[in-house]
Order: sequence, then C-alpha cells, then structure tokens
Amino acid sequence: MRRIAILFIALCVCIFIAGRLSYAADTTPAKGEVFPDITLPVPEKDSEKEYLGLTGKGTFRISQVKADLLIIEIFSMYCPYCQREAPIVNDLYQAINKNTGLKEKIRMIGIGAGNTAFEIDIFRNQYSIPFPLFADDSFTVHKKVGEVRTPHFFVLKMNTDGSNKLIYSKVGTIQEANQFLKLLLDEAGLK
Amino acid sequence: MSQKRMIVFLSVLCILSCVNAVFASSEQFKGMIYDPGTLIPVDSKTTLKVGMTAPDFTLPSISGKRVTLSEYRGKKNVVISFVPAAWTPVCSDQWPGYNITKSFFEKYDAVLLGITVDNIPTLFAWTEEMGNLWFPVLSDFYPHGAVAEKYGVLRSNGVSERALFVIDKKGIIRSIDVHDINKRPPFEDLVTELEKLE
Repeated sequence: MRRIAILFIALCVCIFIAGRLSYAADTTPAKGEVFPDITLPVPEKDSEKEYLGLTGKGTFRISQVKADLLIIEIFSMYCPYCQREAPIVNDLYQAINKNTGLKEKIRMIGIGAGNTAFEIDIFRNQYSIPFPLFADDSFTVHKKVGEVRTPHFFVLKMNTDGSNKLIYSKVGTIQEANQFLKLLLDEAGLK
Repeated sequence: MSQKRMIVFLSVLCILSCVNAVFASSEQFKGMIYDPGTLIPVDSKTTLKVGMTAPDFTLPSISGKRVTLSEYRGKKNVVISFVPAAWTPVCSDQWPGYNITKSFFEKYDAVLLGITVDNIPTLFAWTEEMGNLWFPVLSDFYPHGAVAEKYGVLRSNGVSERALFVIDKKGIIRSIDVHDINKRPPFEDLVTELEKLE
C-alpha cells in the first residue's frame, strides 16, 4: 500500500508541475506566425452566416471564412477593459463597412473567453455589437491561443489554400479605429 | 495513516493536481493580481437553507454609507454576492460583468449587494479598476468575516466562499449557490433564480 501511495503522489506531483509549466509557457501565436485553425459553431442567424460566407449547420473552421483579413477579438463580458473597448471596436466595423473596397475583404468576429451564450448575448445587446460573437464557455479556444489576457486582437491574413499568417497579435486597446485599419492595410498590403 | 485517511488524502491531492482554476484575466488588472492557484472548491458548510429568514446585518460600504439588509424588507428583492478576496483572479472577473447587467436586476425588482472580507480602502482601490460599479460594495472586514460566518460561508483561511444568496422582499432566502471558488457562476443561473421570484 505504501509503495502504491508513493508512486501515486509522485504521479500527482508530475501532473501538477506539468500543468503549471504549460500554463506558464507563452503559447500565444505572434505576428508572423500561424493562428490555429479553430472550430466554432455555425451562427444561427442567416445574416451572420452570410457575413462569414458560411452555409449549413454544425461547426466550421476559421479557414472556411470568406475573407482576405479576419479580425478576431478574444474578449469577455466580465472584462472592464473589453467593455470600454467595445465602442472603438464597433467603430472599426463601421469604418470597414463604409469602405466599399474593403467591405467584402475584411471580416470580424469576437470569441468570449469563459463566457456562455447567454453572457455573450448580454455583451452583444449592451454594446450593439454588429459582428458575430461566439461563446467559449469551456475555454477551449482560449487555451489554444495561449490563455491571453482580454481583450486580445488577432488579425489573420487568409491565404487561398486555407492557411493563414498573423499580421497582428496584441493585447489591449486598438486606440482608434481608422488608424488601426490603416495599420492593418499597410501590414497586409491591401488597398 | 489509516487506509481510509490515505484514500481521502490521495483523492484531494489528485483533484488539486489535475484541476486548474479557470479564468480569463482582463488587461485592466495586468500586474495587479495575486494568483492563489487552485483552491479546495468549497471549504465551509452553511447551515442556512432555502425558506429560512436571511440573517440581518449592517456593513459599511465604499460610498461611506452603512447598508442594512432589513431596510430592503418589503421594498426590494436582494441578491448578495460574496466573493473571496480583492485582487484575485476569478473575483476580479465577476463583478465587472455584473456592472453591465443592471437591467436584469431592475427587471426582477432586485438590488445587488457585493461583499468581501477586505477593508474599505482595499475595496475602493480594487473596484476603481472595474469602473463605476452601480451596486453597493460592502466590507465584512471587522469583526473579521462576521457576516460571512453568519451566512456559513467563511472559509478556514478567513476569506469567504464565492456565494450567491437570493432573498425575497419578505426577507426569505430563495436560493443559495455556494459555488466552486475556482469558477465564476454563469450569470444565467442567477437569472433563473430571479425569474422564480415572480
């Protein structure tokens, strides 16, 4: 019994240390790297499906989104910074939408880290968010992107073969919508 | 160590080894948060039950006013949100969400009272980072944790549980959620309990 107990304790300690090390390691995809091809549920609303170029039901991979650039905000309804940032992010959506040359090329989504569908609805309604938001109540996506602080913005340049390259990966404010858009266009070589 | 004690010890060790606290930290609190790691989910046992009268209390708030529970009797339903401690990960990720849910509380004619065992200056500095909270934040600092103890949610290390009590206008406890301290209660669970008040 004693030998089994010692082996068991050693195993637990190893699992604990491995868990803490993986937590501590910065696995956040950086600029120039590839954003993981995460899976999300196909939105129920037809307008959101159309916006992302999706059909049917079930799940989709972000590589299926029809866009040249995909802006992903990792946010939380419970994050005061994200709450303050919401109007600026909405401005970014409007700035893109106003530009007929860019409107079809850039898409935005938000992923609520640790938020349920009910909670992201509260955030959507509070700030009149015009782009699709997805719940990540099990932190699945949040873990895949290195458990980033919120809000974190990833901007993916989408390639025709389904691959992508990050042209932006930063936590914190985007400052001002038009300036941020210009930065992205310069980085992506889009006009 | 007896075989039974050994099994209990190993089970607790296994749980603590395998479970990580789950939260997403806001950039707002960068460099300000003390992470106590994963804790025993619940470390108290409340004797209060649904249907009992909620124990009355008076506590100082960060606004300077003293708040007495019984003052809401006959006027408002009350939600009490105990959170364990200021400047810790999950707690800093709970009340800021409540800050954009005022309409839900209004819909069910309820007020929200936030309570921790921290002192007023600490609570003031901490909640300043959250923006202007619309609900009273109360300090159960001295006598230390007396209200948390009355409600049976004072943990052995002197902080409270992460707990939600819904109390109706008659002062009767209608729901108790002593939550896993490592996790934030989903907001819809509270809404479900508020809906039952109607």
